[in-house]
Amino acid sequence: MATPLLRVDNLTVRFPTTEPVSRLSFEVGEGETLAIVGESGSGKSLTALALMQLLPRSAKIPNGRIEFAGRDLLGLDQKAMRNLRGREIAMIFQEPMTSLNPVLTIGRQITEVLTLHEGIRGKAARARAMELLSLVRIPDPQRRIDDYPHQLSGGMRQRVMIAIAVACRPRLLFADEPTTALDVTIQAQVLDLLDTLRRELSMAVVLITHDLGVVAQWADKVVVMYAGRKVEQALPGALFRTPLHPYTRGLLAASPRLKTNLHYRDARLTEIPGSIVSAAGERGCPFRPRCAVARDSCAHFVPDLVEVSEDRLVACPYSFIPEVAHGVALGL
Amino acid sequence: MSTLTRIGRTFRRTAIQAVPTVLGIVILNFFLLQLAPGDAADVMAGEAGSATVETMAALRQRFGLDNPLLVQLFNYLYNLAHFSLGFSPRYGMPVADLIGQRLPGTLLLMAVALTIAIALGLVLGSLMAVFSGRLPDRLLSVVSLLFYSIPGFWIGLMLIVLFSVKLGWLPSGGSGTIGSNLTGLAGLWDKVRYMILPALSLALFYVAIYARLTRAAMLEVQSQDYVRTAAAKGLSPTVITIRHVLRNALIPITTMAGMHVGGMLGGAVVVETVYSWPGLGRLAFEAVMGRDFTVLLGILLLSSLLVIVANATVDLLHAWLDPRIGVR
Repeated sequence: MATPLLRVDNLTVRFPTTEPVSRLSFEVGEGETLAIVGESGSGKSLTALALMQLLPRSAKIPNGRIEFAGRDLLGLDQKAMRNLRGREIAMIFQEPMTSLNPVLTIGRQITEVLTLHEGIRGKAARARAMELLSLVRIPDPQRRIDDYPHQLSGGMRQRVMIAIAVACRPRLLFADEPTTALDVTIQAQVLDLLDTLRRELSMAVVLITHDLGVVAQWADKVVVMYAGRKVEQALPGALFRTPLHPYTRGLLAASPRLKTNLHYRDARLTEIPGSIVSAAGERGCPFRPRCAVARDSCAHFVPDLVEVSEDRLVACPYSFIPEVAHGVALGL
Repeated sequence: MSTLTRIGRTFRRTAIQAVPTVLGIVILNFFLLQLAPGDAADVMAGEAGSATVETMAALRQRFGLDNPLLVQLFNYLYNLAHFSLGFSPRYGMPVADLIGQRLPGTLLLMAVALTIAIALGLVLGSLMAVFSGRLPDRLLSVVSLLFYSIPGFWIGLMLIVLFSVKLGWLPSGGSGTIGSNLTGLAGLWDKVRYMILPALSLALFYVAIYARLTRAAMLEVQSQDYVRTAAAKGLSPTVITIRHVLRNALIPITTMAGMHVGGMLGGAVVVETVYSWPGLGRLAFEAVMGRDFTVLLGILLLSSLLVIVANATVDLLHAWLDPRIGVR
């Protein structure tokens, strides 16, 4: 297997009192879409910010290694990292409404990144910005380029964010819940656009989401995170067919699906009891308090990730026992 | 909407609103000033040391002070409608000329002080925001608190004591060396030397306000999502601060600066008196002491116009700084 584009090894993010990401490892291949799923507070967004090295000042990365195209990102100085950001690694954010500067035209915000990384200015930059606007399917770019963000709808703004992100043809794009704030009808359009661009520009995408439907349709590989740890990794098909970790099962059981429980009258839509707890000061498996199949031994150690089959990792020693799997399926 | 139509629209709206505002200010002030005991004739008679009832009556008649109040008001407004600010009994010259002599000095002083205040305030505020919570921020906070709480006249006197009396670097009052006939750069330097202390004493209070305001505004903007976007583009912290943070933070600061133009005129009275600066503020002070109400009304009228113009300028600045603010 060729060297992956991005290799994250044992990444830990620590704040003075908490450790929202701990010992996280994953790989993203050239041109691949990796989905990171998990509920709010599972450390997905912080992972992306850590990889971009845009963490708040109080956050530290005590250990771990981030390797991008053979370079160790944590070893780079600020200047070298800035040179990568926006050029080779780009990011789009959850809130298109507030992610664009309200006092600058969108054209200005796109050309800014072109001037910075490619030295294109003036008319040439404007022409390139217009190309980018049509690339992200914004109608009438000649007119739109001088618009301010408040003159655009949410979906349009997210398209502009995507245009900024892909302006320098990055090799890796982080999309942090890119559609959460958007209308359902717009969501699919934006994700389709991202997928098309991924193929056209041959870039890898790390798609951070809590929407399992998105995962099923667009991801090549899925990492399920809970309380800052990777609890399961699988190909999407396998994940939906045979979810192994109790948390993954819970997530799947909690989302409506076409065949069984599209409507509440067809089948019960279960929930995962309790809420995500801070991993700080907890011993044992972080999912234990909410787990339907927890045993006493779960309180004593954090389960290791075990490779079940190729491309399949799970961090629960009881996930293979048939009656446990059955119990979870019944929502016990 | 193009910038020119925007400016035109603001200008027209301001002009239409200015007329009733100014009229209201003039009438209100006219009656307020009547509440002060005595009139110009009393003061002049007092200064002369002796005056008969007849000369006082003659004086009053000459300046129209013997007319009923409403007739006096009507006369003033009649003059105003003919673009005349009236005649000063005390100085013996038209008020417009008198103000014309003093206005440039005050405008210059205010402009310099406001520029110093905004520039210094922005720099200090930005520094405080960048180092927020750390030592430079704490130190500057104490300094700005001092500037904020010390009265301007005291700062003025202390600056004179230090720089004029002890060190002898700068003149203690006036607006230029009398009879020096300096031209060119030397003349300009002479003017600047006289300007430094009064402008500084007028500015320091506002420096404190702008520094604190800038700090708060920048800290708020820094936590905005678009600042993170800018960082994700790979921009350097300096570029982010100047291009993305500062411009957004400027909006509340311009609002305050516009409001301060009027307040500064009041501060100028004190500072101009301390530094014997030949400006409008001192003229106003002298007019009050001399009960020279025509002059005072003229000054009040002018300062209200100044405030109106300043507000319109701020409106335009806002529309330029923030495209979301349309001119209504």
